[in-house]
Amino acid sequence: MIILGVVGVIRLVGVSKVFPNGEVALDNVSLTIDEGDIFGIVGKSGAGKSTMLKLIGLLTQPTQGDVEIFGENTCAIKNSKANAIKKNIGTVFQGYNLLMQRSVARNIAFPLELTKTDKKAARARCVELAELVGLADKLGAYPASLSGGQKQRVAIARALATSPKILLCDEPTSALDSFTAKEILRLIKDINAKLGMTIVIITHDIHVVRAVCNKTVVLDGGRVVEVGETGDVLDNPKNPATKMLLDFQI
Amino acid sequence: MAYLWEVFMDFRGVIWEGTLTTLYMTFATVGLAYAIGLPLGVLLVCLGKGGLFPNKTVHGVLSFVVNTGRSIPFLILMVALMGFARFIVGTGIGATAALVPLVIAAAPFISRMVETALNEVDAGIVDAAKSMGATNFQIIRKVMLPESVPSLIRGFSITTIMIMNFSAMTGAIAAGGLGDMAIRYGHMSRNTHVIIIIVIVIVIIVTLIQLLFNFLAAKIDKRLA
Repeated sequence: MIILGVVGVIRLVGVSKVFPNGEVALDNVSLTIDEGDIFGIVGKSGAGKSTMLKLIGLLTQPTQGDVEIFGENTCAIKNSKANAIKKNIGTVFQGYNLLMQRSVARNIAFPLELTKTDKKAARARCVELAELVGLADKLGAYPASLSGGQKQRVAIARALATSPKILLCDEPTSALDSFTAKEILRLIKDINAKLGMTIVIITHDIHVVRAVCNKTVVLDGGRVVEVGETGDVLDNPKNPATKMLLDFQI
Repeated sequence: MAYLWEVFMDFRGVIWEGTLTTLYMTFATVGLAYAIGLPLGVLLVCLGKGGLFPNKTVHGVLSFVVNTGRSIPFLILMVALMGFARFIVGTGIGATAALVPLVIAAAPFISRMVETALNEVDAGIVDAAKSMGATNFQIIRKVMLPESVPSLIRGFSITTIMIMNFSAMTGAIAAGGLGDMAIRYGHMSRNTHVIIIIVIVIVIIVTLIQLLFNFLAAKIDKRLA
């Protein structure tokens, strides 16, 4: 068990997640993510990355241990409280998960609709976010007419709509070509610098963590095998799982 | 052909009246049956495996009721429900009485149509809404239903045409409508020409309904570039 830092925006304490079929997704994981971090979670398929993201995003509960977000133990709260915390967490998905029957503007405004934000204020926020992600001219377009990179920009704008304090990114570039992927990573870095947001990225791609993450954790078989400053973890790998990830990078 | 036209002119009043009654039965049934079938379809999806609030037992019971409703042949249902129709609308015969078996036959069918349409919605979109803190009601109203509108419209056209076909059978309980006219003025009077004319009228109505809803679905569908 490795603990990084003492207090943080996100804390996992002795977290295990066992699925009903007996499969252990996470095994006694403890981790702290501090405010303003761009934190990379890497590992091969089945290492437990997605489960960890779902735990942080309050989409699932641990079998054992505590998940604390903003100091609040999310395992012991009611649905209404959980929904309030979720509004402070924006999520960007690998498959974009945009509402296909809604225009770009209405996609970005969706989280604001859920919080019953005044329409005029929501519209202004949409325009502001579309400008931030470079899609000011696409507000009336529908997702089906956008490229992969543009869809991911819409998804990022949508994730930022409620001004969350945490942005979770689930393989944000794996469906994109390398040029577009670089642009999206640059955008994520900009958001972190401009808004001071804590960003958690899960990826199987070492290039992604090297490009944007200041801290990285390596998962293998549901366990934390290495964690620390990204440079330290990737330049001096101590664990065979990290070495293998580095060896298999193209 | 000229003779067919002559017969049409002779029976135009009857055919017009039959058309109006058929349209009344069809659209009144569509409205009432959707009021039951739509929420039922939503419930089937939400209670099913991977749904918003899965419950194996309730889903099993609901599914059984829907399957049973769909299995009973319409003609049998119609005759069996004459007494019930008398209790609900005050009479066992006529167009309004026919609405009772029509609605009961159509609602389970609609619920399956709705279920299929809603199941087409990408689970990732529902996950995204959950991650934003959407309540189940918000997910149904703002994600599942709007995202499946093109499929719902296509299902709507299939359902409407099916109900129109069923309404033709209600001629057996003197409900009026084109089916009744075909039986009374065609079959019983041994006038094949009336039957042919009524079939042509039905084909025209069905084609118009299909074209209208196909157009609407294509116009509303934003899922493809």
